[in-house]
Order: sequence, then C-alpha cells, then structure tokens
Amino acid sequence: MRIAVTSLGPDMTSDVDPRFGRARWFVIVDTETGESEAIDNQSGVGASSGAGVQAAARVAGLGVEYVLTGHCGPNAFRTLTEAGVEVITSVKGTVKDAVGKLKSGELSPADAADVNGHWS
Amino acid sequence: MKIAIASGKGGTGKTTLATGLAHLLSAHGQSTTYVDCDVEEPNGHIFLEPRIERSESVAIPVPVIDHELCTNCGRCCEICRFNALACLPEKVLVFPSLCHGCGGCTLVCPTGAITESPRAVGVVERGSAGDLGFIQGRLAVGEAMATPVIRAVKRAVPEEGMVILDAPPGTSCPVVETIRDVDWVVMVTEPTPFGLNDLKLAVGAVRKLGLTTSIVINRSDVGNSGVEDYCKEEGLDVILKIPHSRTVAEAYARGEMPVLTVPGYADMLETLADAVLSRMMEADKR
Repeated sequence: MRIAVTSLGPDMTSDVDPRFGRARWFVIVDTETGESEAIDNQSGVGASSGAGVQAAARVAGLGVEYVLTGHCGPNAFRTLTEAGVEVITSVKGTVKDAVGKLKSGELSPADAADVNGHWS
Repeated sequence: MKIAIASGKGGTGKTTLATGLAHLLSAHGQSTTYVDCDVEEPNGHIFLEPRIERSESVAIPVPVIDHELCTNCGRCCEICRFNALACLPEKVLVFPSLCHGCGGCTLVCPTGAITESPRAVGVVERGSAGDLGFIQGRLAVGEAMATPVIRAVKRAVPEEGMVILDAPPGTSCPVVETIRDVDWVVMVTEPTPFGLNDLKLAVGAVRKLGLTTSIVINRSDVGNSGVEDYCKEEGLDVILKIPHSRTVAEAYARGEMPVLTVPGYADMLETLADAVLSRMMEADKR
C-alpha cells in the first residue's frame, strides 16, 4: 500500500504539514517494502491558484491509496476522491507516527473536506 | 480622455476623489462618465446615486469535457496556469471557479473533446447621475475573477468625452486591466508608512506600463514626510495635497459627496479639474 503524507520536511521524522495543497513536501511511503520517497511541493507552495487541485492530481498520479494530512479543502478533496484516493485529515505528529497509526487502524477516512479553500 | 484614479493602498480616498472630480468636470459642462472599476466592492454609486438604465451579464467561457472523445493526454492540464483542470490517471476534472476563461485548453486539445460553456461572473450596469454618465461593474458574490468583469466595463466606456475610472486598490491584474490604456493615472496616497510602501509598488506598476502619473496626498497633515520625500527623489508630480478633515470623514460616512456638502472641498478639487482640462486642451492641440 502506498501512502502520501504531507510533511514539513523530507524525512520520516519530519512533522506532518497541516496544509495539503501548499504542503512543503509529500513523503510517499510504501508499506510493503518500507521504502519512502520525498516529493518537493515547492510548485504548490507558490501556486497562484489551484494549489489543492494540482497537489491532488500529482499524488493521485503517484498511485497512492491514502493521503494523510492536517486539513483538506473542497477542490483537493473532490480531486482525490474522484481518483479513488482516501483522505485522512487531522493527522499530527511525525510522518512515521502517522503511517504507524494508519497501519494500526487508528485513523479513518474523511467523508468531506474539513476546511474551505484558502484556509491558511 | 481617460483618467484613472488609482492607489496602491486601499482606503486612501480614490472614490471620494473620483466621484468629486467627475462631478466637477460635469458641472463645468464637460461630457463626463464616471466608471467604477473596483468591481469587487464598487461604492461610487453610494455617493452618486445613479439611475441604472441597462444591466448586462458578464460571462467567461469555461471548458466542458466530452469524456467519449478525451484520450486523457494531459495537454489541457499542462497549459492551464490556474490549475482549473485536474488530469487524473483515468479522467479529467474541471474546476469552473478556478478558470480564467482563456480558452487555452480548448486550443490545445488534439481530439476536440473540449467545448466551452459560459459561466456568469458579474454584471455591467450603465446609467446616469444627472448629466454625469455612470458605469459600474459588479463581480458576483463568491467569485474571484474580477478582471473579465473590468474588461467588460471598459468595453462599455464611451469613446468620446471625459472618462474618470475609479480603480481597484493594489497592483495586480484588476488594476493593470483598469489603467493599461488611460491617458493619465492620478494616484491617491496618504503620508503613512503603509501609504508609502504601497505607493512605491503602484508607481512601479504604472512605470512598467509606460503611463504618466501624478500624486495626490490625502490627509496630507498626518503621518510623516516619507511620501513627500519619496516623490521628490523620484521626480513625481505632487499635484494636490488635501489636509485631514473630520468634516470630510463625517460627510463620507453619511454617503455624501464632500465636494457638494463640505465648504472649501470643491475649491481644492478644482486644482485637479483644472489640470485635467488643461491636459485635455493640450491633447486636442496635438
């Protein structure tokens, strides 16, 4: 299973970034192999509009099943949902903690966006 | 002749000046139209109380995808600078509220899978306040695309006569669209660090567009000398200084035009009206 976690840094020990579209990094974790890869989201941080849409299409294209983040707006939520990606919001702590919580069944997918666009 | 009343900072007195100037020019027998380009919050109507005679809807073309024809090639998403399209592994999504209506996606689609459907984003209203012509744009509530509404407002502007454009604040696309083709930009600022900071940005924008500008310092006796020093250094023409007046603020708060109700205010604005008229005569000679 592949998971995208929004992150303030490129490592497993980095903290989860509360933003989705303008998250600083996406850490992509493969739970079967234990491998992880950091995707720089500078283009999203600086996007003039549609950062959520852009980020959602990008992580969906990476074949992830779950997105773990702090908050997710309506455009990003719709894009991820249409792509069949489950979104989990209100995630805190490090990337590693977040993945651990998902694996142990502590996290459940959101059924709607939890913030409006441009919330932060 | 088209004159834009602009500013970097909001709340410096653009509308008070623009409505006052338009009123004076009209009172001098000039055929004049006041044009409110601050379509996100047009407020000139509060002071001029125009009679609206015509209202036209403004729409932008947004893409509609025919999923039968779409091959999911991704070119539409590549060209869209505004991320209004999402190319997913198996389909393309459209986000109309992010679309600026440029038509780029329709042009690059190799299979003709994109057609365009109009989406209303605002209105242009025309009317008159006595002898003064009146035009304003209003962006629909919840919409973010001010520029197409301003473009439509400017298409409605008469070719002849004096046109006073009340610009939005800032220096972004809505301002550029408002001032790009005017004969003169009158910039209203205030002598505070905020006024100065935003004035510098606005002067930068005006110079990049190759336009001539003059400065009005409103509430000129408050704050510090930063704005005046800057104008001197940059060789900017300070055409008028208007001292702070509580009476003017009170009139404004009642929705009155200070030019009509505050003694002495019209005399101050006459300086500006005279400058406009002499510029017009010069232009006519040429």
